[in-house]
Amino acid sequence: MTDALIKLRDIRRTFHLGEIDLQVLRGISLDINRGELVSLTGPSGSGKSTLMNILGCLDRPTSGEYWLDGVETSGLSNDRRAMIRNQKIGFVFQSFNLLPRTSALEQVMMPLAYTASGLSEREAKKRAVALLDRVGLAQRLDHTPAQLSGGQQQRIAIARALINHPPVLFADEPTGNLDSKTTNEILAMFQALNADEGITIVIVTHDPFVASHTKRNVHLIDGLIDSDTPNERMARLTAGEAAQRAPASMSPSATGATP
Amino acid sequence: MTLTKTFATSLKALTRNITRSALTVLGIVIGIAAVIAMMEIGKGSSSSISKTISSMGANNLLLFPGTAASGGVSFGAGSSLTMTAEDCEAILRDCPAVAHAAPLVRARVQVIYQDKNWVPNQIAGTTPEYLAARDWLPLAEGEVFSEGEVRNSSRVCLVGQTIVRELFGGKSPVGAEIRLQGVGFRVLGVLTSKGANAFGQDQDDVVVAPWTTIKYRVNGSGGSGGSSGSSGSSGGSASGGSSSGSVYPGAASVFPPPNTTGGQAAMPVRFANVDQIYCSAVGPDQIQPAIRQITQLLRERHRLREGEPDDFSIRDMTEMAKALSGSTSTMTNLLLAVALISLVVGGVGIMNIMLVSVTERTREIGLRMAVGARARDILTQFLMEATLLCLIGGITGLALGRGAAMMVKEFLHWPVEASVEAVVASIFVSASVGMVFGFYPAWKASRLDPIEALRYE
Repeated sequence: MTDALIKLRDIRRTFHLGEIDLQVLRGISLDINRGELVSLTGPSGSGKSTLMNILGCLDRPTSGEYWLDGVETSGLSNDRRAMIRNQKIGFVFQSFNLLPRTSALEQVMMPLAYTASGLSEREAKKRAVALLDRVGLAQRLDHTPAQLSGGQQQRIAIARALINHPPVLFADEPTGNLDSKTTNEILAMFQALNADEGITIVIVTHDPFVASHTKRNVHLIDGLIDSDTPNERMARLTAGEAAQRAPASMSPSATGATP
Repeated sequence: MTLTKTFATSLKALTRNITRSALTVLGIVIGIAAVIAMMEIGKGSSSSISKTISSMGANNLLLFPGTAASGGVSFGAGSSLTMTAEDCEAILRDCPAVAHAAPLVRARVQVIYQDKNWVPNQIAGTTPEYLAARDWLPLAEGEVFSEGEVRNSSRVCLVGQTIVRELFGGKSPVGAEIRLQGVGFRVLGVLTSKGANAFGQDQDDVVVAPWTTIKYRVNGSGGSGGSSGSSGSSGGSASGGSSSGSVYPGAASVFPPPNTTGGQAAMPVRFANVDQIYCSAVGPDQIQPAIRQITQLLRERHRLREGEPDDFSIRDMTEMAKALSGSTSTMTNLLLAVALISLVVGGVGIMNIMLVSVTERTREIGLRMAVGARARDILTQFLMEATLLCLIGGITGLALGRGAAMMVKEFLHWPVEASVEAVVASIFVSASVGMVFGFYPAWKASRLDPIEALRYE
């Protein structure tokens, strides 16, 4: 056994639309190791969102095996998969999905409500404040989404995804609603989280620019892996370099630092 | 997810849109407020009605001694001499359903005051308890004779309004002395007017005195005094004494001799038979228990064996008691129906808004599921929201209803009575309405597919 965090074996997913069976995933086998920063690309209809839902334990494959952190998840009950989502997976969405009229601090603490561990209210708050500080929003704890920019909202979403220290982060078009300047900020943050804390990150995107900022690119076409290529330039980037770049890129005054 | 966390989450969700929450719950608030106000006003008027009816004697029980028979000839109800003042004390002591019990000795003699005379419809020899049993307190004037005066056979009495009119020409009789059968009685007080009873008898044409005095000084003196109305049981102290002694083996058959000196120490005036015992039950619903308890007690005291007939009879005011409970239950049922309808209407409102809320918050539900909420967490959250909403509404309604009842009392002077049952019921009912009508929307929310929900626009 390798120390693959994610191991897919011949994953297939078929949707039944009335009389027609629609094969969206047609046999995907893929290993993602700990500490990887992977982009998942492909034209629309190629099945990348479906694959993402399966990876995120929101959906079950019609057939095939999916091992996440040593656990075969495709056969688990809904409640068990909810627990895995809570403990092992962080989600970042294109539309942020923040709760309206709720403070940044409460947004970040929200997943803890579904965590069995007996974390006290004070500890939970401390952890959330630290994470908001990590994404550069320490001054905005009481702000509601309506009072924040798109980039700031997405950073809250990232902090929320990290609250339970998951080994893997799934981002579905995380920069799709952002301008190029904020896109750079968010990408730099992903790189820093990957480099500094070794969090495995999978980004679904159709944007080649975003894909070029990951260490590995998996390209899907028609429900099959078309190509799986390492990004030499990004892979060479050492942890030290990323750490240097990331804090600079996070401060609003130095957004040009990312290439 | 623990219940406290769910509670906190639900509360946050409700406060996030406070105007809507307030409007949603308005139906419940108005419903509960109306129920509470009507309950309090209704209970107030029904208890004032029942008070009126029980002052007419609906709670009262009359105990008569049994029938004496000789060679197949029955002498009719009350002809045996089996009922004693001691029975009366035992009933008061040992029957929890009985509020008051008083012995009654009757006489029908002429009353004389100065140059006027009159034969009252009723001369009642009794104890002060009698007035409580008949709901005849307080007096119009003066004061009631004491238990001590009953023991001492004191020559004191109370008179009714008719006596005041006929003998005293409307002037206050307190302190005056009237003569019954040649025995002088000092008038201690005047009874309030009760008017005629259900059979047209004037209830104010009455003299009330200690039963011992009537029995031993009035009925027991002179040959003509022993007529004693229909019962005839009080006639002749000496013979009555010996017969009561033989009826109850082991009981002393001593009658106190008529205590003419008055200053002598009180003799125990027990073992003397009385014409009736007048009881009142604690409440209209306690009449039947009271009858049971009295029957058991008297059978024991009279040493009646299994199968032997009762040597006494009990009469209750069935007709009046029925009217009493009837008026109360009609009122209660009516209020209950109104309450039920208003709460169902409120509940439908809650369900409607909760359904809208679930649709509107589809993305939130999807997000919660994505970060680890199980279906049952979503279900409890929405159920808790609805229940909490209704509970808050219920409590607000409670306060409003009480306020309304207070206003009615203040400005319209209607009788109002706080009802603990209504308070408990309204809180319980509002919470249940929330649960029942919140369940469908909550169930719908918990059945959402997280992928679809996250994509919902």
